[in-house]
Amino acid sequence: MKVRLRIWRQAGEYDPGRLVAYEVEDASPDMSFLELLDVLNERLIAAGERPVAFDHDCREGICGMCGMMINGSAHGPRRETTTCQLYLRDLPTRRPITVEPWRAKGFPVIRDLVVDRSALDKVIQAGGYISAPTGSAPEANAVPVPKADASRAFDAAACIGCGACVAACPNGSATLFTAAKVAHLGTLPQGQPERAARAAAMVEAQDDLGFGGCTQMGECVAACPKGIGMDVIAHLNHDVLYG
Amino acid sequence: MATFTAPRLWSSTVGKKAVMAVTGVVLLLYVVAHMAANLKIFVGPESLDGYGRWLRGLGAGAFGYGGLIWIARVVLVAAVVLHMTAAVQLARRAHAARPVAYQVRPRVHGSYAARTMRWGGVLIALFVVYHVLDITTGTVNPHGVPGEDYANVVASFQRWYVVLFYLFAVVALGLHLRHGAASALRSLGSARAVQPVAVGLAVLVTAGFAVVPLSVYFGLVK
Repeated sequence: MKVRLRIWRQAGEYDPGRLVAYEVEDASPDMSFLELLDVLNERLIAAGERPVAFDHDCREGICGMCGMMINGSAHGPRRETTTCQLYLRDLPTRRPITVEPWRAKGFPVIRDLVVDRSALDKVIQAGGYISAPTGSAPEANAVPVPKADASRAFDAAACIGCGACVAACPNGSATLFTAAKVAHLGTLPQGQPERAARAAAMVEAQDDLGFGGCTQMGECVAACPKGIGMDVIAHLNHDVLYG
Repeated sequence: MATFTAPRLWSSTVGKKAVMAVTGVVLLLYVVAHMAANLKIFVGPESLDGYGRWLRGLGAGAFGYGGLIWIARVVLVAAVVLHMTAAVQLARRAHAARPVAYQVRPRVHGSYAARTMRWGGVLIALFVVYHVLDITTGTVNPHGVPGEDYANVVASFQRWYVVLFYLFAVVALGLHLRHGAASALRSLGSARAVQPVAVGLAVLVTAGFAVVPLSVYFGLVK
């Protein structure tokens, strides 16, 4: 099958970018979206052109490296799916597919579809950890965790930091990411001592990095490949306001 | 408030939303009371005008005739100013957070109510200015006699364009409440599912307000 693409090409952070049209003649419906870009890149390299730069690593939907706007949806139209796990059979291919990088002040474009997401690392550095000196790994059941808490913490911990929530948010906010980390640590007993300070510091870091504020539009939740819900945002607000 | 002082809270996006939630609840309580009181028009002129006199006389011993109303007005204006200031600041922040727009971005997920919060809020604010000049001060009211609330309302809603503007504004208010009521609880840290309550509240307030101009225009209230 033939797939037509319009891909954002930008040589560097301060270069002007534009959408460039490409065609891949021999695509298969069972190719992943990244495999389609691989095929395109092999052709571009053979022709002596610069290949399309895009982030990827595990290609199993768990590392959080890949991610791009596909026809205006973060990670494409399929719910709870990363770009690497999106297959051409899931996409309407009659019209050209537009591919753009994540757009946010906190995510400057490095090249083509690659953005610098280290702003999310800075949010983590502000408090997304537990600073207890633990020594060697403790016995797993030494600290009892109620099942419901463990499940909620695990749901929040599913966040892979891909940045789709920021890309989808009309306010360019990283709140779903920050909230997932705050809810993950703040639900577990080990996270309690630093619970209030963590939430406050991470929200301040996120604000200082130029992300917008949350107005609860819900676009992030629809885009999240890990199905993280709005409940973590309520948790974040609770911890910031009441400590 | 274990970790945030008030200025630090106001400077954070979470704090601004909390302020919007609290001021929104104040304004919501007023709106519901106002809507309920409006329905006195169906009892008759004496019921509505008498209610107005009762309201002005409330707490007259302490604050003088109409004094409590002025206190309520100060509280409401303060709530509106805080609510709008936070909203404008968050909107500007959102604008700055995405300097380069997407070439293709279909509106896929967010509800209509959520997407129209900002301009809906502006429309409601403009309507309130007109509404105060019409019913409260009587400046732009065809009857415009202070204290004759019933006659003022009936005179105002004889004009189709006023009725239309009023309906437009109360639908905007309903949409605003539909997103705002649910959003406010989450902004204040409650994870409870309140969507059906928000929808019910929005429909109730919109219908309660809309029934007055429609009844006047179609001659049910004369």
